[in-house]
Amino acid sequence: MSSQTLIHRGDVVAHEPIETREDLVRGPHSFHDITNMVCTPAEKTFGQMHIGWRIGFAVAFSLMLMFLSGIGYLIWEGVGIWGNTSPVYWAWDIVNFVFWVGIGHAGTLISAILFLFRQKWRTSINRYAEAMTVFAVICALVFPGVHVGRVWTVYWMFPLPNQMSMWPNFRSPLLWDVFAVGTYFTISLLFWWVGLIPDLASLRDRAKTKLAQFGYGLFSMGWKGSTRHWVNYERAYLLLASLSAPLVLSVHSVVSFDFAVSQLPGWHTTIFPPYFVAGAVFSGFAMVNTLMLPARKWLGLKDLVTIKHIENMNKIILVTGTMVGYAYAMEFFIAWYSGNEYESFAFINRAFGPYAWAYWIMVSCNVITPQLFWSRAIRTNITASFIISIFVNIGMWFERFVITVTSLNRDFMPSAWHYYVPTKFDLMFLVGSFGLFFTLFLLFIWRVPVIAMAEVKSIMKAANPHKH
Amino acid sequence: MHTKHKKEIGVLAEFDSPHAVYHACELTRDAGFRRFDSYTPFPVHGLDKAMGLGPSYLPWFVLIAGSTGAVLAMLTMIWMSAYDYPLNIGGKPTFSIAAFIPITFEVTVLFSGLTSVFGMFVLNKLPTFYDPLFNIAKFAKVTDDSFFLMIEARDKKYDQRHVVEFLEAAGAKSITIVED
Repeated sequence: MSSQTLIHRGDVVAHEPIETREDLVRGPHSFHDITNMVCTPAEKTFGQMHIGWRIGFAVAFSLMLMFLSGIGYLIWEGVGIWGNTSPVYWAWDIVNFVFWVGIGHAGTLISAILFLFRQKWRTSINRYAEAMTVFAVICALVFPGVHVGRVWTVYWMFPLPNQMSMWPNFRSPLLWDVFAVGTYFTISLLFWWVGLIPDLASLRDRAKTKLAQFGYGLFSMGWKGSTRHWVNYERAYLLLASLSAPLVLSVHSVVSFDFAVSQLPGWHTTIFPPYFVAGAVFSGFAMVNTLMLPARKWLGLKDLVTIKHIENMNKIILVTGTMVGYAYAMEFFIAWYSGNEYESFAFINRAFGPYAWAYWIMVSCNVITPQLFWSRAIRTNITASFIISIFVNIGMWFERFVITVTSLNRDFMPSAWHYYVPTKFDLMFLVGSFGLFFTLFLLFIWRVPVIAMAEVKSIMKAANPHKH
Repeated sequence: MHTKHKKEIGVLAEFDSPHAVYHACELTRDAGFRRFDSYTPFPVHGLDKAMGLGPSYLPWFVLIAGSTGAVLAMLTMIWMSAYDYPLNIGGKPTFSIAAFIPITFEVTVLFSGLTSVFGMFVLNKLPTFYDPLFNIAKFAKVTDDSFFLMIEARDKKYDQRHVVEFLEAAGAKSITIVED
């Protein structure tokens, strides 16, 4: 293996960029080995799946059923089953919504923004991350869908002609949210599917049963790898990436407008859009690590998802975690510097009021824990990466809880103050949404190629047409 | 089923590396063939140039769709909010361009994204669930690790014997006559 291969680009002779860096695919694998490694887990029967997967699926599926029955009860009984009450009218429903939308952002960041920056290492993890985006946004959409109480009127959110001849209020950030998250879900799903088409065709061509042939055949659209098709395909992929990059930045900005455009101290701050986007990427990358570290082990994909990938992920967690920490500090500074006593009170209440415990959980998990990744030994340690990713997930859920509940619980009039406590149904909805997420995710790793095979093959040394 | 007279589709050559198919495409292009295509498990860098293909038209469709989305979203909101049923909410202006920007942006992205995907399908004539190539057993490896080049019978310069010899000389590992 020579590390000094030179290539000719026009009149420039340069080192082949892939070869002067650490190999992204470890070991002497051929194209066929990659196909085998990725397709084999997707060709197992239910009984052949790892026992960990089967237990996980049973648990996740039960929790999902609990979630569905919870939704049924909510529609029957009304939103009063939750702990939301004056003055805390927004609580876990919005917290869970923002949490799940945020999780989704890492997928788009990996698939779109790293693609535009030509970060080749993304090819081993983008499929996971994109699937995670789609499933997280499904979980997120459930909450605004059901929190309206009268779910049979949700169509009022869309500009559809109705019996009142009224239109939605286009000046409201809540309506911007409908369009932002709706567009985000649609584009993420399409991006995922377009990326999947060549890989589903691989599974179609290997399929042994009629059902698998039909299913994979249907979703791969009759793909045959024609170069005339690849030209349009690659152009479509580039366009989707270019569209998704500003889209993902807009989505969490719009989510933050739900808070920032209001006039409530603690919410009405201009730092919210960038702060929310950084937090979203931070939480999403942590969730990718939480899902990817066990999956690469159980599915035998260690040669494709190498320690280099994990280290890169951890570096992004460190950067975004530090940005989030900066935002926490800057919020406090501005609360003091503004000279606005209500603003100052909101922040002192946040850190030292009745929910101080939640605030300090948030700070410990989001600001302190990721700083451990300055150490190379820790960021290349699988167990440490997994544990820290769990801390970040917890911390980021608490961040949304702190922003939402602590800003509301001490209203302008002390007579209206109220210590919000969730009910068992709140807990059921939070845990249940994890059930829905993991059910979808486990089905995905069972039946869909978890690594973008065609893309991984294209970054291998043997893929270079100018090499013999 | 009665036997039908079979129509000749072309000559399919198999290659075992991206380099081999790239070289063969260059030779085919330079020999003056126009109706030919190569089939690969992943997009081989520069293969479109080696085949003499031009760029995709897709961005133009996406530009038109995105612009349509932007104009449509803005005009719809202005009409609904300021003319058809103006609602006084907190005394804020009903004709409020700034407040309409986020939705205009999202609708632009939505229209462009849908056109990128479905425009690509239209340009590629997908879905096409039947192709004579799918009858050839070894073509199943096109989504795994094999590289193919087919010179089609509808090419003006097509002559079966000549094409077979040409592709053998270009380094084909195996040759198949494709019929339907």
